[in-house]
Amino acid sequence: MSKRRPATEAVAVKGIWKAFRFLWLRRLMQLSILGLFVAGPVLGVWLISGNLSSSLILGKVPMSDPLAVLQSLLAGHPVVAVGVIGAGLVIALYALTGGRSFCSWVCPVNMITDLAAWLRRRLGIRTNHRLPRKARYWLLALVLALPVVTEILIWEFINPISLVYRGLLFGLGAGWYLLAAIFLFDLLVTSRGWCGHLCPLGAFYGLAGKYSPLIMSAARREKCDDCMDCYAVCPEPQILPMALKPKKGFGPVLKTLDCTRCGRCLDVCAKDVFEYQVQLKNQHPLIPVKAVE
Amino acid sequence: MSAGDKSNRDKGKTAGRNVSRRRFLTETAQAACAVGLLGLGLTFVAEKSRVHAAQVLRPPGALPEDDFLASCLRCGICVNDCPYNTLKLATPEDPVATGTPWFNAREIPCEMCDDIPCISHCPSGALSPELKDIDDARMGLAVLIDRENCLNLQGLRCDVCYRVCPLIDEAITLQRTRNTRTQVHAVFEPVVHSDACTGCGKCEQACVLDVAAIKVFPRELAQGELGKHYRFGWQEEERTGEKLVPWENKMPARMPGNSLNDGGDL
Repeated sequence: MSKRRPATEAVAVKGIWKAFRFLWLRRLMQLSILGLFVAGPVLGVWLISGNLSSSLILGKVPMSDPLAVLQSLLAGHPVVAVGVIGAGLVIALYALTGGRSFCSWVCPVNMITDLAAWLRRRLGIRTNHRLPRKARYWLLALVLALPVVTEILIWEFINPISLVYRGLLFGLGAGWYLLAAIFLFDLLVTSRGWCGHLCPLGAFYGLAGKYSPLIMSAARREKCDDCMDCYAVCPEPQILPMALKPKKGFGPVLKTLDCTRCGRCLDVCAKDVFEYQVQLKNQHPLIPVKAVE
Repeated sequence: MSAGDKSNRDKGKTAGRNVSRRRFLTETAQAACAVGLLGLGLTFVAEKSRVHAAQVLRPPGALPEDDFLASCLRCGICVNDCPYNTLKLATPEDPVATGTPWFNAREIPCEMCDDIPCISHCPSGALSPELKDIDDARMGLAVLIDRENCLNLQGLRCDVCYRVCPLIDEAITLQRTRNTRTQVHAVFEPVVHSDACTGCGKCEQACVLDVAAIKVFPRELAQGELGKHYRFGWQEEERTGEKLVPWENKMPARMPGNSLNDGGDL
């Protein structure tokens, strides 16, 4: 059976809403944020001006892509206060919610790569060129090193995340080639290739949210019946064993840089193994479960 | 446990460690090579963007191009704040760094708003907040580039570039010379002054020809620069009260051209 329909059991047990709850909420969030930006140029309602690289909310509150600001600083340009404050606000936000919640709740490329992953499952495409998951940190290092050497924000030439918003708000031009390339790469070459292996912004946000109190937890992992549905939908399935299997040595909390807090594991699990947890005191540090028990 | 067992086990352990170390080194080298190649390729693409095309003008207050590329976050707030739709963000096929703001003078020139709204919300300082007076903006420099097609230089009274100039009689003046064709009329030649021209582009946009005879170019392309050591004698004299060259040079009065060979009075 090569074609997986991972939510079938969850739909039967929990109903269609609960089996896709966070997926729809995420889509709603992603599209609402995009809508707030689009409302300016299209409807003349300027709640937010700018794009994901930098924006101004109600003409007052700045939000800036911290990686873009960091590149600019590394290129030797003293960014004015507004940009630094904007980057600080964004970092603070994602330090709280878990850096990679940007990836699953805001980033527009997520919709493209989720579509590729879904098509992959439905068409039963098995080819998978393996890439190291750590490649994103190499790319992040490259993104930060190039401005030092060249004094140009080189990543911003090809950054597909800002490209989507810039394209929709200011004209896409040939930018859609790049988006099509990412889609085809994820569909045909490497499963979850871009977001799960390469994206340096995802790596950056992962690091920014390292100590986030909001985390996923396989709180009822003793109920897990190894149906593997969560593995099929998780964009970073390599992180699941350590949460689900005490033998792998770590607690039920998904304390990892890679988790995007997308909540698909929670939705798709017919046994309700997973839940979001807020841990202000960080009760489950990364220590072997055996040592706790 | 015999000594032989122990040494065998140690050997096994060492071998295992060697394999993983070898794999670690190989994988690290592979990743470093891949990232290095990618970096070279990206640098090659980006370095090209330093030289942007002649028709690309930056918004008022833009830092010099090198600094601009190091600072602009490509957010488009300046584009949103421009009331005349002059500014746009470059798409990948535009002749300038992707995502950065620019305008084409022939299409929509800068209207030179007094309050310079495009600068006021720039989050990076790529559009410098130090620009307070729009007349001090230096977006480019107009050049009357085709004398053979400019109507004024044919002795006609077009004057359009001169009349639309927001700094009329400062950035563009009309210089009157004799019309050698009719021998009785004057030619009113539009002359651009680089110390006043803001590069707003209104002259290029208004030029009545099918292809403008006056064009606005980025200052890096259009403007000359005096050698750092060069001194104008009359300015030095004004400054110091003394002549730079104390003696009087006797230079012959002559026209350019062949007069040297004509055996004129030396």
